[in-house]
Amino acid sequence: MSTGTVPHPGGSAPVPTTSSPRRPRRPAGNRLTRWIPRTRSQRHTFWWGLFFTSPALIGLVFFTGGPVIASAVTSFTNANLLGSGTRRWVGLENYATLLRDEQWWSSLFNTFFLTIVSVPLGIAVALGLALLLNWRVRGIGFYRVIFYIPSIVPVVASAVVWAYVLNPQYGVLNNLLGVVGIEGPGWLSDPAWSKPALILFGLWGTGNLMVILLAGLQGVPQDLLEQASLDGAGALQRFRNVTVPFISPHLLFAVITGLIAGFQYFTPAFVLTGGNGDPAGSTLVSGVYLYQSAFFNYQLGYASAIGWVLFVIIALVSIVAYRLMGRRVYYGGAA
Amino acid sequence: MTTIEKPADAGRTGAEPDTATLSPGVRPRQRPRTWPQIAESIAKHAVLITFSLVFLLPLLWMVTGSVKTQADIGAFPVEWFPDTITTGNFTYGLSAFPLGRYFLNTLLISVPSMLGAALSSAMVGYGVSRIRWPWRNGIFALLISTMMIPFYVTMVPLFIFYRSIGWTGTFLPLIVPTFFGVPFFIFLMRQFFLSIPESLSDAARVDGASELRIFAQVILPLCKPALAAVMLFQFLASWSDLLGPLLYLTKSSQYTLSLGLTFFQGAQGESATGPLMAVSTIILIPVIVLFFFAQKTFIQGITMSGIKD
Repeated sequence: MSTGTVPHPGGSAPVPTTSSPRRPRRPAGNRLTRWIPRTRSQRHTFWWGLFFTSPALIGLVFFTGGPVIASAVTSFTNANLLGSGTRRWVGLENYATLLRDEQWWSSLFNTFFLTIVSVPLGIAVALGLALLLNWRVRGIGFYRVIFYIPSIVPVVASAVVWAYVLNPQYGVLNNLLGVVGIEGPGWLSDPAWSKPALILFGLWGTGNLMVILLAGLQGVPQDLLEQASLDGAGALQRFRNVTVPFISPHLLFAVITGLIAGFQYFTPAFVLTGGNGDPAGSTLVSGVYLYQSAFFNYQLGYASAIGWVLFVIIALVSIVAYRLMGRRVYYGGAA
Repeated sequence: MTTIEKPADAGRTGAEPDTATLSPGVRPRQRPRTWPQIAESIAKHAVLITFSLVFLLPLLWMVTGSVKTQADIGAFPVEWFPDTITTGNFTYGLSAFPLGRYFLNTLLISVPSMLGAALSSAMVGYGVSRIRWPWRNGIFALLISTMMIPFYVTMVPLFIFYRSIGWTGTFLPLIVPTFFGVPFFIFLMRQFFLSIPESLSDAARVDGASELRIFAQVILPLCKPALAAVMLFQFLASWSDLLGPLLYLTKSSQYTLSLGLTFFQGAQGESATGPLMAVSTIILIPVIVLFFFAQKTFIQGITMSGIKD
């Protein structure tokens, strides 16, 4: 740690930039100099910023940046997992193959389908549950625990259970549907129902999002809600005009992380349907296809290309979502 | 989503003491006194109990399945209260599954990861939210963009990297990265930090406190709830991680509970549903016990927003 920057006398402690009259607010149009600290107080603040973010910056180099570059290089080669044969530069060949690969297109469709359905649905369900858990009734703490429990079950264990819950013959779900006179579908064995089955499994474990949204709901000032209802606002109006603005940071968080997780969907599809996209390729998502390419077909180069296309898609979709939503987010406490 | 309309003010007056609204869940408000209030309360409990059943039924099936015979597990309709209760699944499961060792291994990975993630994510989250420096937003955007990198892109190069420094076959690849900030938690901490008024930091700065002191003594104590949430999330993530241990742990004596269960499942196949459910049940119990204790911290965390301007 650079202790040299610490013992500043009180007077030169970093002051908000607005209160330094000597410096013009925009340094003479030069775009580059804006990123370089010049005054003593600016430099001071800069070192502190660097200090606090240093763990992530170091991690970025060793655990993310380096591997990403290595993977990018690999995507232009015919590298394989076994290390046999000569590793050759093949240019854009992997990417060209990708465009002609029907399995890849179908994996992309499956991924988009799961994401587009499960992100809004997941947020709606998590928010609905959070609203329930925000009721002030006796024993609400107990209900909160119950609602959250599915998300702490290790995926491996819950997959064991759900494989049987969704079993067409003797599973709990079809059993219950039978009680109300509905003949349940084949779920994980039916190509038309395997994706809804996975979405259902995801909704069951939505606890993390629910807790985050509940935290947001509890930040909504009660007096504002009461004021609104005194002014004659209905429940829906209060929800839209008071609750939603206050939980908008949490909703933004939910959408962005939901999209990212959706495009990287892997473990449930891998564990519940055997990791090969069964039935009939209906659960072959991009992550699973990539894994297959790397570890069953040993095509590291091709797998890297799949990963990179996925990365670009995720980045584009997230940026669009952030641009669309970020402007409307209301940070209640920030000055 | 009709539930939205539920928190109606049917008969509730604004005369309640403010403390009751600030800490819901810790001590719920007084007993309902009028008939509409009682009806409302019953309706709410009915809804909550229905959803509780939805969340609990699959687990209930797992737990009851662990003491059922193989024939009873496959019974149609489901026998919630089987006639024959057997402990055979547990004795068989435990004899085939070195639970104690796997438990210890999982703990040896989860606990350091939890501490590392909380410390580093709080630091970095602070650096990208409460220090006004020119790189703040750029670095934050960079970190968030790394969250979008599919893990499967970095998986193979990382494996080769860890192998080259001799870390494969140890717990290190599963622990050390958490000490360098987890983007998801950095995002979360930043959101919490941003909701704390800037005037609090400015006051401390005027008093001559260093950034490190403001971080450790002013801001961090306000973020205990967020920290607890990060710790719990990371603990559970490490606890149930499958892919990481699968990639890096080579000796069966190093396996974690999740990895052990997966191999147990593979080795036993569909014929051993009972033992499988028995082992799953045993794995689940400590997590649930921990969560019941952490629930208190959670409630605190959830009601943290009283510090707004």
